[in-house]
Amino acid sequence: MTRVVLPAPLKRLAGIDGDVELPLGPQVTQRAILDALEARYPMLRGTTRDHVTAKRRAFIRFFACGQDFSDAAPDDPLPEAVGAGREPFLVVGAIAGG
Amino acid sequence: MSGTRVLVGTRKGAFVLTSDGKRAKWDVAGPHFTGWEVYHAKASPADPKRLYAAPSSGWFGQQVHRSDDGGKTWEAVGNQFTYDGATGTHQWYDGSPHPWEFKRVWHLEPSPTDPDTVYAGVEDAALFRTTDGGKTWHELSGLRNHGSGDRWSPGAGGLGLHTVLLDPKDANRMFIAISAAGVFRTDDGGKTWSPKNKGLRSEFMPDPTAEVGHCVHRIAMHRSRPSTLFMQKHWDVMRSDDGGESWREISGDLPTDFGFPIEVHAHDPETVYVVPIKSDSEHFPLDGKLRVYRSKSGGNEWEPLTKGLPQKDCYVNILRDATAVDAHDPCGIYFGTTGGQVYVSPDGGDNWTTIVRDLPPVLSVEVQTLA
Repeated sequence: MTRVVLPAPLKRLAGIDGDVELPLGPQVTQRAILDALEARYPMLRGTTRDHVTAKRRAFIRFFACGQDFSDAAPDDPLPEAVGAGREPFLVVGAIAGG
Repeated sequence: MSGTRVLVGTRKGAFVLTSDGKRAKWDVAGPHFTGWEVYHAKASPADPKRLYAAPSSGWFGQQVHRSDDGGKTWEAVGNQFTYDGATGTHQWYDGSPHPWEFKRVWHLEPSPTDPDTVYAGVEDAALFRTTDGGKTWHELSGLRNHGSGDRWSPGAGGLGLHTVLLDPKDANRMFIAISAAGVFRTDDGGKTWSPKNKGLRSEFMPDPTAEVGHCVHRIAMHRSRPSTLFMQKHWDVMRSDDGGESWREISGDLPTDFGFPIEVHAHDPETVYVVPIKSDSEHFPLDGKLRVYRSKSGGNEWEPLTKGLPQKDCYVNILRDATAVDAHDPCGIYFGTTGGQVYVSPDGGDNWTTIVRDLPPVLSVEVQTLA
């Protein structure tokens, strides 16, 4: 079970209370997580990546296990701890502003 | 008793203000879409309970939400705005080519007859339409591809398509306006378009009378006389009496003819309202006095309306979509400011009161006159 932590605006948008748990296999990728997330919550389509190109939005970052995976290829495998549910996959709004 | 519902879009959410036909006491509900910029929200004329809103965010992109209960509850609908075909380039601020890229929805214009049909004006400038209540959006690409798109350039706020006027007497005719490209008209339901900017003069362009490139801030019409259009341009207040074929200046005795919004009285097609601000680099009222100007002669002769509005130390702005008129008798006039105030005049502009005064900066104001 993969655990996803979303920023507050996206949780409000999707009506999510707490983290999201997605029943994915032990070997997960960024794309697999976002595909599953958007399938369950269609209103999140377009909020983290482009509808057509699937390119990450400029002010969105992806963290896991203390590492930044924002610029990793979407099909690169994430650490095993994410797929095993021991570590969450964090969707983070980039810091911007004063 | 008739009612009044005002939809206010702000930098940090939307608010719904309600009153009866007297428009003296108001309830304020919201914020909806907390933290999101709501460039515009508007109701369907065909179903007063059907509302559409366009929250957007620099982080999370565009959303479109729909309400079927007059704004009490909202649901997310489709938010995919994909340009039709190759996009090419438009001009950047310095005149260099710049790739077309969707940024946000500026304006929603619901059909007068079908609650499921809505037009969306977007940045970078294009016109989209839904016919399924917002689930899917399709570009009317004849506008962007009509031939001058590579000469359009952004105004200070971006390359936004901000005005959509549907001709109430001809379902195939509509007008749109873009900053900074100008006015365009279609007579075949959006398939083909032509620029309608003859008579405009813009000194910031190499050719001040060019066919396109004008920074039109807003256009307005009275539904009884759709061939007469009024325009607030970057500088100059203009009028056309031939469906946009030609324009003439009606700034007349205004103290400054820079501004953003323009409105027409609901019951008198020759009564027009503007809110002048000092200049293109000083977006606040002249002398710190917030004055709406009214012309009862279709332009040129203007009178300041001040009763109830701050007449000293006022340095707010009124954005292009932040004014509205209701259809009560007497006609009500509304506007919101970048300082978070929403004002109403329930008597056509003679007297003003504050509905609410500490909202986030107001981006848009629309009003519904309810039975």
